[in-house]
Amino acid sequence: MQDFAQLVIAGLATGAIYALVAIGFTLLWQTSQTVNFAQGEFVVLPAFFMLGLMQAGLPFWAAVLLGIGLSVLVLGVLFKRLLVDPMLQHGALPLSIATMALALFLKEAVKDVWGAEAHAFPALAGGGTVRVLGVALTAQSLIVLAVGVATVLILQGFLTRTRTGRCMQAAAQNPATARILGIPVERMILYTFIINAVLVSVAAVLVTPVYLAKFSNGETLGLAAFIAALVGGFNQMRGAIVGGLLLGVLDNLAAAYVSATYRGAVPLVLLIGMILLRPHGLLGRAEQRTV
Amino acid sequence: MTGWRRLALVAIIIVLIAAPLFGLKSYVIYTLSLWAVTAIAALGLNLTLGYAGQISLAQGAFVGVGAYCSALLTIAGVPLGGGVVAAFLLCLALGWMLGYPALRVRSHYLAFVTLAFSTLAYLVFRNEEWLTGGTYGLSNIPRPVVLGNDFVRPNPFYWLCLAVLAAVSAALWRLVQSPWGRAFTALRENPVRAESLGVDIRHYTLLAFAIGAGLGGVSGALYAALVQYIDPTPFGLNYSLSLLLMVVVGGAGRFFGPFLGAAVAVLLPEWLRATGDFYLVIYAGLVLVLMVFCPGGLLALPARLRRR
Repeated sequence: MQDFAQLVIAGLATGAIYALVAIGFTLLWQTSQTVNFAQGEFVVLPAFFMLGLMQAGLPFWAAVLLGIGLSVLVLGVLFKRLLVDPMLQHGALPLSIATMALALFLKEAVKDVWGAEAHAFPALAGGGTVRVLGVALTAQSLIVLAVGVATVLILQGFLTRTRTGRCMQAAAQNPATARILGIPVERMILYTFIINAVLVSVAAVLVTPVYLAKFSNGETLGLAAFIAALVGGFNQMRGAIVGGLLLGVLDNLAAAYVSATYRGAVPLVLLIGMILLRPHGLLGRAEQRTV
Repeated sequence: MTGWRRLALVAIIIVLIAAPLFGLKSYVIYTLSLWAVTAIAALGLNLTLGYAGQISLAQGAFVGVGAYCSALLTIAGVPLGGGVVAAFLLCLALGWMLGYPALRVRSHYLAFVTLAFSTLAYLVFRNEEWLTGGTYGLSNIPRPVVLGNDFVRPNPFYWLCLAVLAAVSAALWRLVQSPWGRAFTALRENPVRAESLGVDIRHYTLLAFAIGAGLGGVSGALYAALVQYIDPTPFGLNYSLSLLLMVVVGGAGRFFGPFLGAAVAVLLPEWLRATGDFYLVIYAGLVLVLMVFCPGGLLALPARLRRR
């Protein structure tokens, strides 16, 4: 039973990271019909930015902050301006394929610059454990959970409590009306890309100490985030959170109780089960489509 | 097709058939055979992507399934023809089973289901040692001997690959020209109108995807006999991605696109050999530039340049 509780908590921590990546993915879809197949690589790149800055002699926190800044520039602003804007006019399908080419580009570029081996990455917390009600929890997973929850709460607060946040929601829900009401829709979409860049950077700080910094991490991370978003219903933040946590826990339990070699199959099983039973996701609604 | 284009096509075909007679090195013949094998997989994916407008990220995995299926059969003594047919049917069935749930919902789901399948297939290739030999792979895959004609040597085997490519192309050409194939085009150009005219979108999309997957299996069966040794590495996600890029580079939805895309993808590593490990970065970068500048692919480039 204690093992079970530990597995669930560790799974929730992994799930929180998946959720952050999935939220960013969902936001891009909602505001600009961008299905970003490079989302997994988007988590890998900030980790290497930060690693590079640390190797250049910067202290941990400075490297993290500067790394987030660099990611906002490259994965937020440049990504939108150089790839999404020109491609979107050709339709959603060419854009999706372009993000796949981008994924390959980023993955191979990271491999060529930093090498194919895994690099260690400093953790936010030491290796200690905390005992809660007789269950030993690693400080690492508690910190990850705390940062994940805090990030989601800050984002939620920003989107619902501030004027800019509400304008962003309006721009996502109905761009035409938002434009009539004088909301600069283009700028709101840019903000979404910036928020996505920040979310993947935070996820990078949380996940890299565990998975180590390796060029090929994007494949599994990306897949987990996509599946989390789809399970949650693809078009809402709450869904992405629930999907991420669910996948994290299931992944961990399956690795412990079913088969460690086939934990990679969990997303496929979850995805196909979800499509057959609840095609619009756990919390999703059937999407209205206009033609 | 205009006159000079037909002439160019005939010339290319003659050169391809006659290539081994020029006394080329066996490595060149190997590369040409690899092109023919790759083109079959790309043709199948073009049916899925270009004609049905669906992204499949598992074409590389289907090539792998076909390769393992045919390799196991031919090692056990079944002729290559049997291996090819079995690989086609197995991948067709797998494609059907994946596509059936995925295509019930919105279009992007097939991309994710195939992405997950790609991961799963790789795990099976690597972990099921009793069947696939795990990371050591399968070796000593035989090439066929038909009625005393020996296809073991590079030249005859190259002609065999070319013949299969020709047969697949002819079948696809007929398929695309048939009312059935026109339904594919209709559904890519305007799905809503196609549906209103009575085209069952889901049915046709599923068929396009399943046949595309089956052709991936055919390509894999030939690949196994060509290289005579297979292990899980080549059938990872990168291969699926590069097959997808081949179709896009050539021109998705154009019949000859995959031939050109496969040629670029097979020849480019040879030309960029000097760049070593940077080859894939350069390739992906070039594809990105091409997509932004001319999303219709290389075959659309002349028209695009003329319009400027």
